Amino acid sequence: MAAAAELTLLEKSLGLSKGNKYSAQGERQIPVLQTNNGPSLTGLTTIAAHLVKQANKEYLLGSTAEEKAIVQQWLEYRVTRVDGHSSKDDIRALLKDLNSYLEDKVYLTGYNFTLADILLYYGLHRFIVDLTVQEKEKYLNVSRWFCHIQHYPGIRQHLSSVVFIKNRLYTNSH
Amino acid sequence: MRLFVSEGAPGSLPVLAAARRAQGRAELLISTVGPEECVVPFLTQPKVPVLQLDNGNYLFSTSAICRYFFLLSGWEQDDLTNQWLEWEATELQPALSAALYYLVVQGKKGEDVLGPVRRALTHIDHSLSRRSCPFLAGETESLADIVLWGALYPLLQDPAYLPEELGALHSWFQTVSSQEPCQRAAETVLKQQGVLALRPYLQKQPQPSSLQGRAVSNEPEEEELATLSEEEIAMAVTAWEKGLGNLPPLRPPQNPVLPVAGERNVLITSALPYVNNVPHLGNIIGCVLSADVFARYSRLRQWNTLYLCGTDEYGTATETKAMEEGLTPQEICDKYHAIHADIYRWFNISFDIFGRTTTPQQTKITQDIFQRLFSRGFVLQDTVEQLRCEQCARFLADRFVEGVCPFCGYEEARGDQCDKCGKLINATELKKPQCKVCRSCPVVKSSQHLFLDLPKLEKRLEEWLENTLPGSDWTPNARFIIRSWLRDGLKPRCITRDLKWGTPVPLEGFEDKVFYVWFDATIGYLSITANYTDQWERWWKNPEQVSLYQFMAKDNVPFHGLVFPCSALGAEDNYTLVSHLIATEYLNYEDGKFSKSRGVGVFGDMAQDTGIPADIWRFYLLYIRPEGQDSAFSWTDMLLKNNSELLNNLGNFINRAGMFVSKFFGGYVPEMVLTSDDQRLLAHVTLELQHYHQLLEKVRIRDALRSILTISRHGNQYIQVNEPWKRIKGSEADRQRAGTVTGLAVNIAALLSVMLQPYMPTVSATIQAQLQLPPPACGILLTNFLCTLPAGHLIGTVSPLFQKLENDQIESLRQRFGGGQLEESLELKAKVSSKPAVGETVTATGPQQIQVLMDEVTKQGNIVRELKAQKADKNQVAAEVAKLLDLKKQLALAEGKPLETPKGSGSDFGSVAATGSSST
Repeated sequence: MAAAAELTLLEKSLGLSKGNKYSAQGERQIPVLQTNNGPSLTGLTTIAAHLVKQANKEYLLGSTAEEKAIVQQWLEYRVTRVDGHSSKDDIRALLKDLNSYLEDKVYLTGYNFTLADILLYYGLHRFIVDLTVQEKEKYLNVSRWFCHIQHYPGIRQHLSSVVFIKNRLYTNSH
Repeated sequence: MRLFVSEGAPGSLPVLAAARRAQGRAELLISTVGPEECVVPFLTQPKVPVLQLDNGNYLFSTSAICRYFFLLSGWEQDDLTNQWLEWEATELQPALSAALYYLVVQGKKGEDVLGPVRRALTHIDHSLSRRSCPFLAGETESLADIVLWGALYPLLQDPAYLPEELGALHSWFQTVSSQEPCQRAAETVLKQQGVLALRPYLQKQPQPSSLQGRAVSNEPEEEELATLSEEEIAMAVTAWEKGLGNLPPLRPPQNPVLPVAGERNVLITSALPYVNNVPHLGNIIGCVLSADVFARYSRLRQWNTLYLCGTDEYGTATETKAMEEGLTPQEICDKYHAIHADIYRWFNISFDIFGRTTTPQQTKITQDIFQRLFSRGFVLQDTVEQLRCEQCARFLADRFVEGVCPFCGYEEARGDQCDKCGKLINATELKKPQCKVCRSCPVVKSSQHLFLDLPKLEKRLEEWLENTLPGSDWTPNARFIIRSWLRDGLKPRCITRDLKWGTPVPLEGFEDKVFYVWFDATIGYLSITANYTDQWERWWKNPEQVSLYQFMAKDNVPFHGLVFPCSALGAEDNYTLVSHLIATEYLNYEDGKFSKSRGVGVFGDMAQDTGIPADIWRFYLLYIRPEGQDSAFSWTDMLLKNNSELLNNLGNFINRAGMFVSKFFGGYVPEMVLTSDDQRLLAHVTLELQHYHQLLEKVRIRDALRSILTISRHGNQYIQVNEPWKRIKGSEADRQRAGTVTGLAVNIAALLSVMLQPYMPTVSATIQAQLQLPPPACGILLTNFLCTLPAGHLIGTVSPLFQKLENDQIESLRQRFGGGQLEESLELKAKVSSKPAVGETVTATGPQQIQVLMDEVTKQGNIVRELKAQKADKNQVAAEVAKLLDLKKQLALAEGKPLETPKGSGSDFGSVAATGSSST
C-alpha cells in the first residue's frame, strides 16, 4: 500500500473529514504533507502523529512518558524494519520477535490501543494475508493481536479481512 | 531503570548524552555487556543500547531511549523533532552504517567513506542554512540535535570527513560537540581513540544491508519534488513578472580580458595536455571540457573571466617522439600543437588563449622564479646517482627508464611515477631498470643536480593551505591527496634534468641541463598569459582580486596544490595561488582503461569521425563526468542517454513548446494568466534553477546538468497534464488556458537554452535562434526565472534539435573503437545478425547471449522510460519495471561468468577488462 493511501485510511479512522493531498518523494516514495500554515511534513510516522494531534486524539500517542517512547519505538520499527525489508526470511524473523513480544500484551504498549497498533497493522497486512494457516498458528500471538486490531472500529475499512481459525490444526507446531 | 551498553557501540553516544536530561528524575544503573549478548528477551538479534524500564518493558531503539529521557525532563514532542528522528532512522542510519563499516571495518578512506553519507550531510547542511537557526528544530538544542549528533559524531570528529564546504553543518556540529553532556559521552565511548574505538563492536555486527547490491551507476538519483512555502511562490512570481526589465546590460567583450577592481575576477586554467599525445575522452572531460563549462557559466554570470590552456611541450617524451618521427622537437611540437588546437576547436572549447610552453616568456618567467628561489636559499645542490645507458651513451631521463615499482611491485613502472600506485619514484630506486630505447640495463653514475628544498617551504605551504582550504571549493580528492602528502612529510625534489629540450638552467656548471617539466610546466600558465597580454601580472600577481580555478585529473594534484605553491611562496613575489582546485577521478572506457597503444577507446581526433555532433559528446561526457567517483564511458549508455534524456526529455519538451506557439498562435507568444498551479511550477523551476547555480558555483558540473533535465521533465509533465492541443479547440476559457500553458512552456524552454549554454553551446544557440530570444537574455543567467519571451513576442522557425542514435550505428562504433578485438567482434556481429529474431533468443550462451540481453535491457529501459514520461498507469509501469529488473539480473548473471565464455570471446566487457589489467 502506498504511503499516501495509508495516510488516507488513517485520516478516515481518526474521523478527519478534510482529506489531505500527499505527494511522494524520492525512490522510497516518502509521503509529504503540505500544511497551510507552516512548513511541509515529510515521513509516514511524522505525518501520522501530526494527524492524530489534528484529530485531538493525543492519547493515541501514549499518555505517560514511557508509553510515548514505546509508541515511537514501534513506529520507528514499522518504517525501518517492516518497510525496510521484505524478503521472506526477514519477515519470518520479524514475526518471530513480534510474536514473543506480544505474548503477554494485548496492544503494543500493553493495555492501551495506540497509533503504533494502527500503523503496524497497516504495514503488516500485506504479509499476514499471505501466511498459511500453519504459519498463523505458529505466530499465534501476532495472529491474536492482528485479528483484534482488524476488528477495531473504523480501522480496517476496505482492506481485506484476514481469516484466523480459532481451533488449532497443527498441535505440534508451536 | 537499567541501561545496557557495550564497548564501542555507537548508539551509546546519544543515549549517554541524553541521559543527563533525566538526571534526578529517575535512578539509572548502567551495565556493560558483550556485543553479542542478547539483553532483550523477545529479540533474536543482539541489540545495544537497551533501556530496561522499571515495569520490565524494554526500549531497544536508540532514539526511543533518548526520547524517553527527554520526556522525563518535561519536554513535549513536536512534528519537527519527529520528522528529524524519522529521517535519522530511515535515511541517515543506513548511509552512516555503510560509511562506518567502510572506515572502521574495511579500513577504507576518503571518498569511499564520505560518498555514502554525502547526500545526507548535505541535507542537514541545507536544512540548517535554509532555516537559519543554530539548531535542527529551532533556537535551542533539542532531542533531534542529540540523536543526530550522536549518530554522526564517530565520523565527523575526524575533520577529514566533515566537508568544509558544508558551513552550516560545520558550525552546528561544533556547537553541539562542545556541550558538556556531549563531550562527556564522547570521552566515555571513544576513549580518545577516535573512530577506531568502535572497531571491536562493529566487527561483530553483520555487514550493513545498505551495502549490499549497491552498484556504481551513472543513473541519476531520483529527483525529489521539493516542498514550497507561500513566500517562495510569491517571490518567484514577482521576479517572473518583472521580466526582461530585471536584466542588467550585457558586459561588452574585452580584449585583452584584465582583472577589474571591485568585480569578481575569475581566472580559469585547464591542465596543460602533453603535446605528443592525442588526448582521449578521459583527458578531455578531466580538464579542458570541465573547465570550459565553468568558464562559460562564469561568463553567463557576468563575472570577469579569463580561460586559458595550452600544450605542455618540453621534456623527454617530445625528444623521443622527435627521434621516432625523424623531426626536430620544435617540429613535433608545432605539428601536435595544431592537432590539439583542432580537437578543442571541434569540441567548442571557449579558450581565451590556447598557448604553448616553448616560448621566450616561459624561459624568462621560469628563470626569474628560479633565481628568486635560489637567492633565498630554497635550492639545494647535490650529486645524484643517476642511471646512464652506456650503449646509448647518455644519462637516462626518468621516462627513458622502466622497471619494477619499489612500492607496489608493478612491473612497468616509469622512472618518475608508478601508474599503478601513483607514487612518485626516483629512477634509481626502480628494481630491474631497463633503458627504454635499447632495452639494456643502465648503470648508476653521478651527476650534479639542483633540488627544490620543499621541507624548508613546508611551513609556509601549510599556513597558506590553512587560510585557503576552509570554505573553498577544492574537491575532496584534492584535499585528501595534499593532506596525505603533508602527512608523509615533504622531501627535496630534483628540478633539473640532463636534456636539451627544455628551459635552460641559468647557473654556471648547469649549461647542459634544463629544468624538469614538473618545475616549469605549471609556470606555463603564467607564460601563456604573458604571451596573451603584457599585463599578465595583473592576473598572476594579484591574489587579492583574482580567484584562480584550476581544473585537472587527480594525478596532477600534487604539482598544482603543492609543488607550484611552494615555488611561488618561496619566490616571494605575491603570486596568485590556486583558490579552488578542481580534480576529477578517472574515466574508464567500457570496463577497461583507454589505451593508445592497444587502440582501445575514443581519442579526440576520432570523435569527429563518428558523425555524432560535438554537443552530444559534450553532453554525454559531462553527464558521466567522474565527479566524486570513477565512471565509465559506455556506448550503450551513450545511446540510451541521447535517446532518453536528450531526445525524449529535453528535445521533446523544447520542440513541443515552440511548435505550439507556431502552430496554435501563429508564432506569437500568447497572453499568460497564471493560476496557482502555474505559480507553483514557476516556483519549482526557480528552485531548480537556484539549485543549478548552487551546484555550479561549487563546480559540481555533473550534478548541475541534472537540474536542467529535471526542469525539462517538469515542463513535459506540465504540458502532458494541461493538454494545450486539446484545449485550443475548446471554449474561450480553454483557449486562454492553452495560451497560458504554451506561453509558460516556451519561456521555460528559453530558460533551458541559457542554462544549457555551458554544456551544449551549439544546441543552446540553435534554440535561441529558433525562439528569437533577445540578446541580453541569451548572455546572462540570473538566479530567478524571468519571463524573457513576453506575450506578443514573435519566435522563429522551430525544428527538432536531436537525432536518435540507432543500435546498429552504435554497435559498429563500439566495434571500431573496441580495441584489438576487431576480428572477433566482426565474427560476433555476424553471429548475432544471423539470428532471425534477436529479442526472443535468450538461450544462447556466451557473448551472443550477453549481446542479446543488453539489447533487451536497452529496449525494455526505453519502454519503461516512455511509460513514465507518459505518466502511464502505475501497475503497468511496475510490471514493465519488473521485466526490466529481471533482464538486468539475467545480464548480470551472464556477465558474471567470464570463464564460461569461450576464449577470445567478442564480449567487449570480458576481453577489454582482461587485457586492461596486463598492460597500459
